[in-house]
Amino acid sequence: MTMLISERTHPGRIAYALPPCDVPMHTLPDFAKRAAPAALPELSELDVVRHYTALSRRNFGIDNGMYPLGSCTMKYNPKLHEEIMRIPGLAHVHPEQPVRSIQGMLALLVALEHDLAQITGMDAITLQPAAGAHGEYTGLMLIRAYHEHKHEHRTHVIVPDSSHGTNPASAMLAGYEVITIPSDPNGLVNTEALRRVVGPHTAALMLTNPNTLGLFEKDIVEIADIVHSAGGMLYYDGANSNAILGIARPGDMGFDVVHLNVHKTMSTPHGGGGPGAGPVGVKEALIPFLPNPRIQYTDGQYTLYDNPQSIGKVKAYLGNIGVLIRAFAYIRSYGPQLRNVSEHAVLHANYLKTRLSPFFDVPVEGICKHEFVLSAKTIKQQTGVRALDIAKRLLDYGFHPPTMYFPTNIEECLMIEPTETESLETLDAFADALIRIVEEAHAEPDLVVRAPHTTPVKRLDEATAARKPVLHCHCGVD
Amino acid sequence: MHVPEQYAYTAQHEWLYGEDNAAKVGITDFAQCALGDIVYVDLPPIGTQVEKGASFGSVESVKTVSELYAPVSGTVVATNEVLKDEPQHVNTAPYTDGWMIAIALTDASQRESLWDAAQYEQAYGA
Repeated sequence: MTMLISERTHPGRIAYALPPCDVPMHTLPDFAKRAAPAALPELSELDVVRHYTALSRRNFGIDNGMYPLGSCTMKYNPKLHEEIMRIPGLAHVHPEQPVRSIQGMLALLVALEHDLAQITGMDAITLQPAAGAHGEYTGLMLIRAYHEHKHEHRTHVIVPDSSHGTNPASAMLAGYEVITIPSDPNGLVNTEALRRVVGPHTAALMLTNPNTLGLFEKDIVEIADIVHSAGGMLYYDGANSNAILGIARPGDMGFDVVHLNVHKTMSTPHGGGGPGAGPVGVKEALIPFLPNPRIQYTDGQYTLYDNPQSIGKVKAYLGNIGVLIRAFAYIRSYGPQLRNVSEHAVLHANYLKTRLSPFFDVPVEGICKHEFVLSAKTIKQQTGVRALDIAKRLLDYGFHPPTMYFPTNIEECLMIEPTETESLETLDAFADALIRIVEEAHAEPDLVVRAPHTTPVKRLDEATAARKPVLHCHCGVD
Repeated sequence: MHVPEQYAYTAQHEWLYGEDNAAKVGITDFAQCALGDIVYVDLPPIGTQVEKGASFGSVESVKTVSELYAPVSGTVVATNEVLKDEPQHVNTAPYTDGWMIAIALTDASQRESLWDAAQYEQAYGA
C-alpha cells in the first residue's frame, strides 16, 4: 500500500526556507495560538512531487481512457475551457468586490442563465445550486413555496422505480413522503399506476427523460397532463440531458422545474467529488421564489437584488463560478452545433448496444438514447460470473467499468454511457474487450472472478470496507 | 435457493415465522443472494407500530439500499441487535441468525394472506 503523505514525514526536512523577516513582526494574541505545533508533514519538494505524481499514475480518469459510467456522462472536458476559466479577469475576482467592479462576471452569468433557459425551455434560471442533488433539493423547495403560497398543503412526491436514488432522497430531505410507482414492461412510466396515485396530496412527480434505461418517456405529454390535473408539478432531473440538447426541451414537454448537471452535460471535470453545479430552471409561476440574490440589468449596469418571496440563499454568493464559466465556454464553443453533441451521444450508445446485444441479455430491445442497459443474468446462471466480475475485469483491459446494479429494477445490470467524445476505434476496442470477457467467463471463469490482475490494488473487500469503515488515519495526528 | 417449509412469505421477499406474540421477520435466501453482501440493516426501535405492507426499515448492500416491508401489522417487540455490528448474518443465515425484528401481531388472520413455501418457490424458484 502507498504511504500517506503524513507517514512520509521526516522531522526537520523542508521544501523552502524563507528569507529573514525585514518587516515589523506582529505576534498573534495568546487565545489564537495553538497549544502544540500542528502536526504537518515535513518533506522536501521532490518528496511531495513524487508522492502526488505516484498517486496520479494510479488514478483513472477520462484523460487516461474511456469511462462509460452510465448516467454519469463522463465525457472529455476540452482544455480550452480550463484556459478560459483561468483568465485573470475571471479567476481573480472576489465575491465581496463591489458589484460595479465585477460587471463582466455578472454579464457572463446572466448570459449563461439565458442560454440555459433557451436550452431547457424554461423562463428563468438560478445558477446557485452546487450539484445535481442540490438542484433537486432547491427545486423541491421552490415547489413547496409555490404550493404554500397557494395555501395548499401537499405532502407526496412521486418517483418511478427507475429513478435516480437522489430523487427520493431529495424529496425526503425536503420533507415529502415518497411514493414509488412501477415501470411498465417496456421500462417506461406506467401511466395507469400514475393515475392511481395522484391526488390533492401530490406535490410533484420527479422524472428523468430519457430515463435511466436510456428510453425516452414517449407518454410525457400525457404524464404532464395527469400530474397537472391533480394540481402537482412536474420536476425534470437533468441527469440525462446529454441525450436531448438542441433536440427536445423539458419546458416544451410540460416540466415546471428543471435542474441541469452542467458539470456533466456541459463538460466540466467531475467524478472526484466536485465541485459541480446544478442550475435550476423554472416556469414563470415559480420565479418569485428563486434563491436570492438575483442578478438584473437596469440602466446600463448589472446589480443584485433580493426577491421578498424567495426561498432564500442555497449557496454562498452566486454559485460554483469556476464550473459555471466552463459551462458557458462549452455552450458558446458549440453554438448551434450543440445538437451534434446529443446526436453523437445517441449514435454511439446505439452502436455499442447493437454490437454487444448478441452477447448479453438485453432487458429493453430497440433504439436507445444516450445510454443503455445490459444484463449478465444468463452469464451468471451459466458460469457464475456476475456483472461485478465483468466490470472488474474491464479494468485489466484499460477501461473504466460501466455503472453496475443500477437501475435496481434490472438484474445483474451493466449500464453503459459511451458519450459523444469517444472515437469509433475506442468504441470498438471497448466492445471487443467486453465480448472477450464474456468468452473468458465461459472458458476460464476464475480469471474473471479474480479480476482485476493488472491494477495497483487487486479485488477490494468492499463489504468489509462498508461494514467496518476506517475513517481516519493513525499517524500521530490528533 | 433455500425456502424453509414452515415459514410464511411475502412477494417482497420477507419471511414470517413464530408465535403471534413474537413472530420473527427477516428476508429470504433469494433476497440476500440478489442483494449481495449486506453492510447495514436499519431497524425500528422496539415499540414501533408496523403496518402490513408498509416499510419498517431498510437493508443496505454493496449494491443498493432496499426497503423492508412488514408482512403483517403489529408492534415491534424485539430487534436483532447483533446485526448492528454483524450484518453479514443476513447473508450467512437469512432464516435464523439473520432475523431482523419480532412482531406481536394485531390481527393473526393476516397470516392467511401470506404465501407458503411452495407458493414462494413457484414465484421465484429457478
